[in-house]
Amino acid sequence: MSLFKWARTKSPWIIHFNTGGCNGCDIELVAALTPRFDLERFGILLEGSPRHSDMLAVTGPVTLQVKDRLVRIYEQMPEPKHVIAIGTCAISGAPFQECYNVHGGIDTVLLVDAYVPGCPPKPEAIIDGIAKLIQKIKEGEGHGKRK
Amino acid sequence: MSYGSTIKVPLGPQHPALKEPGNFLFEVDGETVVDVKPRIGYNHRGVEKAFELRTYIQNIYLAERICGICSDAHTTCYTQAIEELLGVEAPPRARYIRVIIAELERIQSHALWVGIAAHEIGFDTLFMYVWRDRETVLDLFEMISGNRIHYAMNTIGGVRRDIHAAMVPKIKKGLDFLEKRLKYYLDVVQTEQTILKRAAGVGVLKPKDAVDLCALGPTLRASGINNDVRADDPYAAYDEVPFNVITHDGCDVSSRMLVRCEEMLESIKAIGYALDHMPEGVIRVRVPMKVPKGEVVSRVEAPRGELIHYAKSNGTTKPERYKVRSPTLGNIPALCKMLLGGYVADIPIVLAGIDPCFSCMDRMAFVDVKKNKGWNWTMQQLRRKYAKK
Ligand code: SF4
Repeated sequence: MSLFKWARTKSPWIIHFNTGGCNGCDIELVAALTPRFDLERFGILLEGSPRHSDMLAVTGPVTLQVKDRLVRIYEQMPEPKHVIAIGTCAISGAPFQECYNVHGGIDTVLLVDAYVPGCPPKPEAIIDGIAKLIQKIKEGEGHGKRK
Repeated sequence: MSYGSTIKVPLGPQHPALKEPGNFLFEVDGETVVDVKPRIGYNHRGVEKAFELRTYIQNIYLAERICGICSDAHTTCYTQAIEELLGVEAPPRARYIRVIIAELERIQSHALWVGIAAHEIGFDTLFMYVWRDRETVLDLFEMISGNRIHYAMNTIGGVRRDIHAAMVPKIKKGLDFLEKRLKYYLDVVQTEQTILKRAAGVGVLKPKDAVDLCALGPTLRASGINNDVRADDPYAAYDEVPFNVITHDGCDVSSRMLVRCEEMLESIKAIGYALDHMPEGVIRVRVPMKVPKGEVVSRVEAPRGELIHYAKSNGTTKPERYKVRSPTLGNIPALCKMLLGGYVADIPIVLAGIDPCFSCMDRMAFVDVKKNKGWNWTMQQLRRKYAKK
């Protein structure tokens, strides 16, 4: 394993972006970082800037207004980059399907590496999803590209 | 000190201060904010239209998902509106359960806010402490309803799950622990220099401005104005459950913290009372699928302030028009007023001070083009009025 890959899988930095969800997934993602669940023990850090992050955690369905911003944030991230869709909204847009301002799930815009279902998923599930994605990166999978 | 020229600083929609997309354009002169332009709508999904496409029963789940933090306030408001249209009333036990869930949610939401506010001023220790204790409430929710965030307790005509006798001691135990912790936080908020230095005298909203700009909820109460739907227009069982409306007249971020901390203590008392005095009986009545023609407005005191739902039915199984006015939208003009004249460094904490919830707010604007225009105009007026100071 190269040094870069080792560093990346040991301590991936995450940027979180809500594309129009109801907030439920966001607070569960934040809860995953707080003492009871403590995502940071895996070396995972929540970052504010896309330029410093390796993973994009997206919650919520993609609304029309936010779509371009989502792509822009994704493009600002350095390669290789990975996307993780958190919550049913981010996966398929449900329960906001048929809403006129909803584009759909995240995978209608970006290539997604890991999906965490649930409305909202429990922090344990989010941690499991991220751990699986790390495993995937270790094995050399994961897209890291734009659709 | 003025530098003569101003610089425009955009903030958002993805920004570290808030977990949700909101965009603000600040105009700054040196270190001072001279103009604020909020741009909302990143979270707009079109929920109001979606209400019209779904049946009344399906809409309970949609109402819940307007917002993840105050989901119970939305469903309470929704079910109350439809119950009024149907002419039914929730049984007494259901009304008590609604109070218990609403107050638990208030604790959960305010605790979340205290954590976020501490995080905004760089006091992450408090953030982590508060969020650790907040898990107690979430555990209670999980025990009562099976889910941590969307509890899905309300239904038209009552509630879906009962609070059994075996749960009561567990709830009380959790509340006792919380009460101890909250008293400690109340002390921290009042005495800790890290907080006082950043929060006292910041983001001032004078009582007159608060009323003029229609501020709501804890933001309004922290400007010394006694206003709470639970007391003014009691719904559920609030006419029977005693509680105090908390006000503070500091008008700044620090009193907003105090109001929220003390409200949590009040909520604990209210839940304790409700648990002891819950009447026996059924928890829901059956209601027909079709709702008779009519119009109704329903109000609820959500954790962030007064929440208004409006429903119009046309005698079928789907509403003809549904409208939601969430507290955050009402607080935005007041927020602009608070930010003006403040320092750039204080922006995050003042922004967080109203506890903005964009997912609540963003489903309503832009549906009605006329209304949207009217709103912009008001904002410009506001700017003309205050920017020159
Ligand atoms: S999946 Fe559920 S909890 Fe998550 S953003 Fe969507 S509606 Fe909210």
